[in-house]
Amino acid sequence: MNALLALLMRDIRLSTRVGGGALMGALFFLILVVMMPFALGPDLALLGRIGPATLWLGALLASLLALDRLFATDYEDGSLDLLMMGRMPLELAVATKAVAHWLTTALPLVIITPILGLMLNVELSAMGWLALTLLAGTPALTFIGLIGAALSVTLRRGGLLLAVLVLPLTIPVLIFGVAAANAAIAGPAPFGPPFTIVCALSLGSLVLGPFAAAAALRHGLE
Amino acid sequence: MQIRGENLSCSRGGRGVFAGLNFSLSSGEALLVTGRNGAGKSSLLRMIAGLICISAGQVEVTGGAEDAPLAEQTHYLGHQDALKPSLSVAENLGFWAAYFGALPDAVEPALEAVDLAGLADLPAAYLSAGQRRRLAIARLIAAPRPLWLLDEPTSALDEPSQKRLAELMRGHLAGGGMIIAAAHGPIGLDRAREIKLGQS
Amino acid sequence: MAVIDLANPTRFLTLVNRVLPWLVAATALAFAFGLIRVAYAPDDYQQGATVKIMFLHVPAAWLGMMGWGVMTIAALGTLVWRHPLADVAGKAAAPIGAAFTFICLVTGSLWGRPTWGTYWVWDARLTSVLVLFLLYLGVLALYWTAEDPGRGSRAAAILALVGAVNIPIIKFSVEWWNTLHQPASIIRSGGAAIDASILIPLLIMALAFTLLFFTLHLAAMRNEILRRRVRNMRLMQATGA
Repeated sequence: MNALLALLMRDIRLSTRVGGGALMGALFFLILVVMMPFALGPDLALLGRIGPATLWLGALLASLLALDRLFATDYEDGSLDLLMMGRMPLELAVATKAVAHWLTTALPLVIITPILGLMLNVELSAMGWLALTLLAGTPALTFIGLIGAALSVTLRRGGLLLAVLVLPLTIPVLIFGVAAANAAIAGPAPFGPPFTIVCALSLGSLVLGPFAAAAALRHGLE
Repeated sequence: MQIRGENLSCSRGGRGVFAGLNFSLSSGEALLVTGRNGAGKSSLLRMIAGLICISAGQVEVTGGAEDAPLAEQTHYLGHQDALKPSLSVAENLGFWAAYFGALPDAVEPALEAVDLAGLADLPAAYLSAGQRRRLAIARLIAAPRPLWLLDEPTSALDEPSQKRLAELMRGHLAGGGMIIAAAHGPIGLDRAREIKLGQS
Repeated sequence: MAVIDLANPTRFLTLVNRVLPWLVAATALAFAFGLIRVAYAPDDYQQGATVKIMFLHVPAAWLGMMGWGVMTIAALGTLVWRHPLADVAGKAAAPIGAAFTFICLVTGSLWGRPTWGTYWVWDARLTSVLVLFLLYLGVLALYWTAEDPGRGSRAAAILALVGAVNIPIIKFSVEWWNTLHQPASIIRSGGAAIDASILIPLLIMALAFTLLFFTLHLAAMRNEILRRRVRNMRLMQATGA
């Protein structure tokens, strides 16, 4: 437990210090969402209609790009070798790193979602529900992305390979996340079923992600 | 505690590096692995550390903590120092000490043992290569483990630091530990047995 | 010959060399038979003769999925049972499965043009096949970017297993998504009830394509083994050993 907390605190500290990139994810998210009206035109009705989808896609891409560095720095300076030699199972170490990553990268995204929702003409009453879907779904994005990060770090290839590997696997989360958000805003479809599926996907990936990522690291470092 | 390697063979990238390697080591003993570049010294250490899968042969451990795999009873000092530039010296060592199960009060004595106590709050980015190596060595002192795997430990170390390392190694062996070190030449282990790789 | 003997690449090669001509002959025969039956199969009352693209489109879809199944079994062989030829089997299956998936997409698109008036429509089945194709591209990217073939094979094996778990989930999600967005289903490929005059040629063509898959697969495995031998010989030449 002490080791787990130490790893968690270390990763959070690294992320929030200079050169860490904690708020970079949120910044990228902001810029991406701001670009949408430039591409689509300032028609508020249209923006409001695709607002939830835009925010979800932005969160997905921002999470992905930040995942690139999750294992890369540890691999480059030899820390990854040592992390595999602790008493903690590698699956747990990997999951801890993912939690730290989610706290420093995805959580800021969720927090600034209401502000961005305003710019995209999302209804005020639905803002909370929208943020809730992102809160429930970004763990799935992080833990599925974990697999791609582990696979691409052992091959020493960067972000694009990670995106190619991970994006198809995140399609279910995207589908149900946006469906839940739209249901909260417009109805008549119920919010419950897609939202519970998003939660289920997150919980499932909490298990699958670390196991697959640990296997990828073990087999890849040979 | 005893470690025995039997009939170990290694291949990197499809190419055979060494085969049929045997060694044995008991508490208080040291093994020096020499050989030209590419002979497989680093690979052998990584195999024992469990970082590379053993394709043929086996490494047997008797004594020691029975239910723990060898990787959990080993310290690995590789070519890299595993230090984060944005963390301070004390924070770097404190993390590894906690990760390997040591108490927080082990950090100070370890820093003193490698003569870095005065730089405890300095960001690791400001350290010289030799100081970084010493900080990596401090990791071995802070969290005691029976087996030390050292890959060219004296690289980047100046004379006084090399002497200090030799003292630390002697202390470790005297306390019943074991050392397997890969180097191009002597590193201050007086009574180490030698294995030379790369002679087929 | 016991299955364990197949673990030896040389013995495997001799086996393949013996079996492959028969497999090619069987494939050719099945195709000949199948194509004759396809030619005599009745035209659809709405779509005319274009419905016969189905005899290519549907088997291609099955084989695209079977390709992933072969990759999954090969992945288990690589990671769990450590069979020496497992990674060769997986690496050989990936491009073939991807090619069949691609054929499925293209024939689906060509079939769609005269039938629905558009080259692409985001219905559940086509979309699921598209996502499967993207996953194949991911696996192929892993093989392609890895300098060390062993490492690439292991990474691809892990992705194959992750995909095997995810593909049913993705299929379910895409179908759900489609019912949410599409007011009415558009595709009725093959009709609601498949008549025997359509079903039998379909099954024969499916058999023919499956034989083709395994013919290509074994040939690809043989090529991969030979390729690795050449690589090893070059490496030995470089180190002067």
